[in-house]
Amino acid sequence: MATKTKVWLLKTVIHLAALIPLVYTYYLAIIDQLGGDPVEAILHFTGIGALNILLLSLLISPLAKRFKQAYILQTRRLVGLYAFAYALFHILSFLFFEVQFNWQLFVDEIIQRPYITVGMLAFTVLLLLAVTSVSALKRKMGKRWQQLHNWVYPAAILAAVHFYWSVKSELIEPSIYLVMVAVLLALRADKFKRWFR
Amino acid sequence: MLIKFKSSDHIGENQVTDESVYHNRRDMLKKMGFVGTGALMAATTPSRAASLSLFGGDQAQGAVNPNLKALDFSAEKSAQALGQVQTPELKATTHNNFYEFGTQKNQPSELAQNFKVNPWQLKISGHVENELTLDYDDLFNKFALQERIYRLRCVEAWSMVIPWIGFPLAELIKLAKPTSDAKYVAFKTLYDPEQMPGQASRRIGGGIKYPYIEGLRLDEAMNDLTLMSVGMYGKALPNQNGAPVRLVVPWKYGFKSIKSIVSIELTKRRPKTTWNILAPNEYGFYANVNPDVSHPRWSQASERRITTGGLFARNRIETLPFNGYGEQVAHLYKGMNLRKNY
Ligand code: HEM
Repeated sequence: MATKTKVWLLKTVIHLAALIPLVYTYYLAIIDQLGGDPVEAILHFTGIGALNILLLSLLISPLAKRFKQAYILQTRRLVGLYAFAYALFHILSFLFFEVQFNWQLFVDEIIQRPYITVGMLAFTVLLLLAVTSVSALKRKMGKRWQQLHNWVYPAAILAAVHFYWSVKSELIEPSIYLVMVAVLLALRADKFKRWFR
Repeated sequence: MLIKFKSSDHIGENQVTDESVYHNRRDMLKKMGFVGTGALMAATTPSRAASLSLFGGDQAQGAVNPNLKALDFSAEKSAQALGQVQTPELKATTHNNFYEFGTQKNQPSELAQNFKVNPWQLKISGHVENELTLDYDDLFNKFALQERIYRLRCVEAWSMVIPWIGFPLAELIKLAKPTSDAKYVAFKTLYDPEQMPGQASRRIGGGIKYPYIEGLRLDEAMNDLTLMSVGMYGKALPNQNGAPVRLVVPWKYGFKSIKSIVSIELTKRRPKTTWNILAPNEYGFYANVNPDVSHPRWSQASERRITTGGLFARNRIETLPFNGYGEQVAHLYKGMNLRKNY
């Protein structure tokens, strides 16, 4: 199969895998068929979805290297953008459905709740990365683009910390996420060593 | 007046439809392969049941249980209670914090299905003249059952309106005849890891210390609002709501209203309480609903009232001191600093 076809196929799968659950879950929430509290269910769905996709985006280059399949690198931007999209739905759902446009409360929560402050920081990074993901900007920014996009690593850590901090007592699942982030970073140990040399 | 009515009178027609639609959706989800598959991100079940399926399995959704027995009780008739929109039974029975059966809200309705509540023993002991043990039938027959429509305010800033059925705790305590040494009341949930998966596994039960324990000051326990509940929505309690007998203290955050109680002990000293042991700066002994004292991780000034309406329901309302029951209970705390004694 030509590389172009393979990339096209893979991207189609990514679109479907990201969009179908998103649309269907919101649909169920809107018609009140998503458990007792659709708002909580949506926040959890989009939060964990954003984190999963973000980690997946960080898995692409190690996979490409390990299996010598360079073409999958061409899907990285798309996956990263879906991580951002889920995060965007996450915080918009927080604003629309959780605090229900009580801006005072929205701002207070972001400032006063450390776990939400951390989530906001992670989101800010994802926003910058998404905005600068356009090819024209990438060319224009040159070396600075790579520097900016290295911030994806702190963003992943922040997102996992936000998750860990958000739960009341059940720490096992968020701990596993922290470990997964650590593993994904460890796979890039060489790169980080070069920075500090 | 004693009214008898069956469950079917109590569920409106649209609620029945809701339920079957609800189940169809889940079947559809399964067919589409979102539930319990290793798809990119599969958390399409209520709450995050199948988050990437790394951690969640597929479980049948619990339902409004048609097998629960209908109860004899005198119906609530206060104007205040009747003026409120009640939470649909399906929601109140599928959105539960009962960590013994899982930390996710939909888990108790699934994992508590086979929990055995009959036979049951509830022991009243400690500083009393008259130690008592109530068995399963006593819970329903020893006291005249009444309906009480109460607001339930969870510490997580959501709330419901639920028609409970039960008897005042005061009646039970009076029967046991507390001695002058009795100052507090300590409650304990059943400890049975074989039946309660959350007690057997840290992953399911969130790693809190079991058995779950709670406590009240004696005067709080004797207040007329404090209810021992054996039913809701006209029927016996579903397992996931704390069958066969639970506490309901409507002016305090929900975690005070301990479920599936096996022991009530009158004590001289203030008893330890589960969430307070776990995070003393987040959960106090009193845990009175108080819009002015935030939980460290979220505001308590307002709440989302869960009734119907789905995602677009405009349901954020102001939280009231003592959950709106100040008239009945504020006097219990006269002269106390409620910021310190949260
Ligand atoms: C301004 C930004 C953000 C806000 C206000 C926010 C808010 C929230 C809230 C309110 C919860 C629910 C806590 C609960 O009910 O237990 C939550 C959970 C979560 N959020 Fe965020 N968040 C933000 C950004 C992010 C970002 C950028 C990510 C990931 C990339 C993320 C991932 C998660 C995860 C994984 C959870 C846990 C979900 C679960 O428990 O299943 N959040 N967030």
